[in-house]
Amino acid sequence: MEKRLKAPVAPEKKIGNIIAVVLIAAVYVLLYLLDNVLPTNSVTTMLIPVLRKGAIYAMVCVSMNLLNGFTGLFSLGQAGFMLIGAYSYAIFAIPAEQHAAVYQYFEGGSIQFSIPQVLSGVLGESGGAFLGAIICLIIAGAVAAVFAALIGIPVLRLKSDYLAIATLGFAEIIRAVFQWDGLGKITNGSNLLRKYTSFSDMRVHAGDTTIKFDSMFPFLIAMLSILIIVLLVNSSYGRAFKSIRDDEIAAEAMGINLFKHKMISFVVSSFFAGVGGALLAMFQTTIQAAPFRSTMTYEILLMVVIGGIGSISGSCIAAFLYIACSEWWLRFLDSGALPIPFVDASIPVPFFRDGFRKVVFSVIIMVIVLFFSRGIMGDKELSFSGMIRKIKNRTKTAAAAAGEEDAQ
Amino acid sequence: MSEFISSNLQYLLTGISVGGQYALIAIGYTMVYGILRLINFAHGDVFMIAGLIMVYATASLPIYVSIILVLAATVLLGVIIEKVAYKPLRSAPRMSVMISAIGVSYLLQNCALYFTGGLPQVYPEIPFLSEKINVGPATTPMVTLVTPVLTLALVIALVSLIKYTKVGIAMRAVSKDFETSELMGIKINSVISFTFVIGCFLAAVGSLLYFTAYNSVIPTSGAMPGLKAFVAAVFGGIGSVPGAVIGAFIIGICENIMKGLGWTAFSDAFTFVLLIVILLVKPTGIFGEKSTDKV
Amino acid sequence: MKKILALLLAGCMAFALCACGSAPAEDAENTGDETTAAGDTIVIGVFEPLSGDNGAGGKQEALGMQYANSVQPTVEIDGKEYTVKLETADNESSTDKAVSAANTLISKSPSVVLGTYGSAVAIAGSDTFADAGIPAIGVTCTNPQVTEGNDHYFRICFLDPFQGTVLANFAKEELKATKVYCLGQLGNDYDQGLINYFKEASKDLDIEIVGDDDFPENNSDFTSYLTNAKNAGAEVIFAPCSISYAQLIVTQAASQGIDMPLLASDTWDNNTVLAAAQGKDVSVYISTFYAEGGDQEFEAGFKEFINSNSENKTNNGGNDMIAAVSVMGYDAYFTALEALKAAGSADPADVMAALPSVTHSGISGDIAFDETGDAVRDTAFIKTANVTNNVWDFVKVQQIAQ
Repeated sequence: MEKRLKAPVAPEKKIGNIIAVVLIAAVYVLLYLLDNVLPTNSVTTMLIPVLRKGAIYAMVCVSMNLLNGFTGLFSLGQAGFMLIGAYSYAIFAIPAEQHAAVYQYFEGGSIQFSIPQVLSGVLGESGGAFLGAIICLIIAGAVAAVFAALIGIPVLRLKSDYLAIATLGFAEIIRAVFQWDGLGKITNGSNLLRKYTSFSDMRVHAGDTTIKFDSMFPFLIAMLSILIIVLLVNSSYGRAFKSIRDDEIAAEAMGINLFKHKMISFVVSSFFAGVGGALLAMFQTTIQAAPFRSTMTYEILLMVVIGGIGSISGSCIAAFLYIACSEWWLRFLDSGALPIPFVDASIPVPFFRDGFRKVVFSVIIMVIVLFFSRGIMGDKELSFSGMIRKIKNRTKTAAAAAGEEDAQ
Repeated sequence: MSEFISSNLQYLLTGISVGGQYALIAIGYTMVYGILRLINFAHGDVFMIAGLIMVYATASLPIYVSIILVLAATVLLGVIIEKVAYKPLRSAPRMSVMISAIGVSYLLQNCALYFTGGLPQVYPEIPFLSEKINVGPATTPMVTLVTPVLTLALVIALVSLIKYTKVGIAMRAVSKDFETSELMGIKINSVISFTFVIGCFLAAVGSLLYFTAYNSVIPTSGAMPGLKAFVAAVFGGIGSVPGAVIGAFIIGICENIMKGLGWTAFSDAFTFVLLIVILLVKPTGIFGEKSTDKV
Repeated sequence: MKKILALLLAGCMAFALCACGSAPAEDAENTGDETTAAGDTIVIGVFEPLSGDNGAGGKQEALGMQYANSVQPTVEIDGKEYTVKLETADNESSTDKAVSAANTLISKSPSVVLGTYGSAVAIAGSDTFADAGIPAIGVTCTNPQVTEGNDHYFRICFLDPFQGTVLANFAKEELKATKVYCLGQLGNDYDQGLINYFKEASKDLDIEIVGDDDFPENNSDFTSYLTNAKNAGAEVIFAPCSISYAQLIVTQAASQGIDMPLLASDTWDNNTVLAAAQGKDVSVYISTFYAEGGDQEFEAGFKEFINSNSENKTNNGGNDMIAAVSVMGYDAYFTALEALKAAGSADPADVMAALPSVTHSGISGDIAFDETGDAVRDTAFIKTANVTNNVWDFVKVQQIAQ
């Protein structure tokens, strides 16, 4: 009883922050262990790519959420901006000696240098790769942002569905341009770009031991990007975005410059979509324009909705769950048999054949959309201080109840 | 001159035919949008499913029975989709309904993938429609000529239905003002169902014509025609039936001219450029009514 | 209602997790102790597209491997009999799904991986296999980049530069063509690559390329392209695209009364193309890896395998015709077995070391690898669609004119 009275007034926030920091540190330790220490078995071989891809998609989802969830702009151009980012990254990161092989039909291409390679001359192999990749990622984001600014001038004057269809159209146009032979010397036309700097080039070799940062790098970039978006959302700009979302006319009446704020949101979102696309290129180690079709945008949109429109932590959770389900957990549905947990046996099920996974997956999505339309988190955020407060309140009321009983 | 015509007639014929097919799909989009303010992303996939039903139906039934079955089954599918996926979300934000539409589209494509195994299905030949004929120097299947005629006939029937019948008046009322028309005693749900019946019926007719001309059905067959038809609907002024039809013909013809000019890589991209230009110049489309924002 | 649904969903997830978490548990022992490979099973990974653009071809290729597995389900290594188990992962014909599909296979700890159908996806999955130290045998991926600079990737088919040149030679020698129109899919590296090599070869053969068009993905109207070809005065249309488009091109060419021959590559060797050409006035020539009638015993066995199971038949396109890719899949499986025997162990590293010197005389011809890991092949079969009997007629064995 007395202890409770002595307790400080608002320690939840502090404790919450500590928990968050500890958890993040734990994630990085886990990633380090996964990359370097833990033995490779069938769980880790799937866990590692799912985590990496999940982190990348989490970041892309958050960038889409900034636009759709926080500013209320229904844009479907995300795949297009990812495509721009992925290509901008890859073009500047292909080592010079690989150009002839990569641009095999275009006489080695017209850009004949690689930023990571140039830097490697100064900083050494892995240092150059690291810094070069960061610079290329920023270029990727910047190119996507410039495109977004150009597209935004006409398009952002459109409302809701019209904006959606116009941005979708732009994404398709961008894809056609990148696949066009006429730009082949830069984009390699319909062919893959490959051999550019990726996660594995950043490994540090110290004597016989090699330290890998393969999973930590995407997490680091994704976390930084999400952090910047969180800061933006919580700033006065963020409040302006939300007011535009809730009521455009009222926001304008309050003196918010609609076009300027929409543009900021659109450009920032596209910047991080571009960086996300570049990370995806690094993860895949090859990139081709073909998969960046509107289906990819829809997938990202579904993740945002599953996580909760307007919730950043929701988007992150949903991205990891979605990737894990589609690429890992549901794969047994395609295998023709139902594995029994913990036993090395399986029951053959006739309708478990190729494609069944996707049917089940789309049914799950429909159920979520129809019955849990607010998503996992609604528009709330995952907050440790909030959790602590809740638990405390619960124990408080329990204690109070107990106290009353004692009194009786 | 005659040489010019003889070498370019084919493009024009194809353009008109493709335009007619887009028109039949576009009407479904434009009517649903007019009433529910919903881009029914699943409409293109309903069109694809209609094609698949035909493939499976003709395997065991005579062709004319199959055609009737296709029309009925497609209409039923459309109504079911509306009841299951859109009706529960009537009061939800517009984005949720649209996402539900994307979900349905995803589901239909994946089901098609599962049942066909992803293999292209050969569409049966419909007698008369598949016959070859010569139009001047160009050779083309009958369906190319039938499509625009049938499309126009159906559109005239539809426009008069909307204009003169009771249900047509109800549809127009609902698209003007959802709440008020409900207060006036219009049964919203049956009007919406009827809209989906018409939209899906026309999509089924469109699929008969489309797949007779391009006789292979794959799970993504509906995606592109669907998107183009939607663009056509926006182009003509969404909510307007004649607008959608004219938009569809313009897009169909322009697309084929692009191909004829050698800009083949950009024939799809051009459609979207056209869309964006029209949205900027006249945001409500050619025949769209100007709407005012209410505070 | 909502709660029940939520519980159900959560239950499904939990189950899926358990199912995935458990299978690995015993696999994990495998990796720890590879030489004995826990029990007597050796895993061969099948990395094929079972959906997407190349789904039809990928399935037929996988069928060949499954049939081979049913013919020869065991392999003897150092006097010990092992059961060979095929593990399949669908890469959805898409480069962005290649990494996770490759990892799915790696998690089953295979000794060697077979596949894939298309080159782009093979290249996209390549680095993942390299990282895990698992050798891969490409079956019908014809782009030079698949094996170039890769020690772990081998392939048993011919290459695009070869195929493009062969087709150009055939167009010149047999079809007497001087003007050719090329048509490929925008964004598809296979089409564009082959067209590129065809054009290069054409230069030396005095064939004029009168038109070169790209059609966008999901395009179904080819009449304008065919008109372009006609207006350009082409004598042959070269369209090495994927199967779903092939079918459309064939029917539209027929209904438009296009009388010039359609020339295409190994992708068109599929019964859906043949079905589309039935009873129509159209001539189709393709180059491929194998001509039907090459090996009676194999063909009888394979047909029985297809007909014994309705799913196999569906996957083969609804009839029991033998696609060249199935033959290649069959040969790839036996090449893998040879490699396992030569390696004397199921360890991927040993198999990789043994592969360069492996030889196998398969149904599609003798297989031996050169220093880049490509099969040494100098012949391609040319076939033509018989529009009355629903079969491919063998035309000739085409070699490059010296």
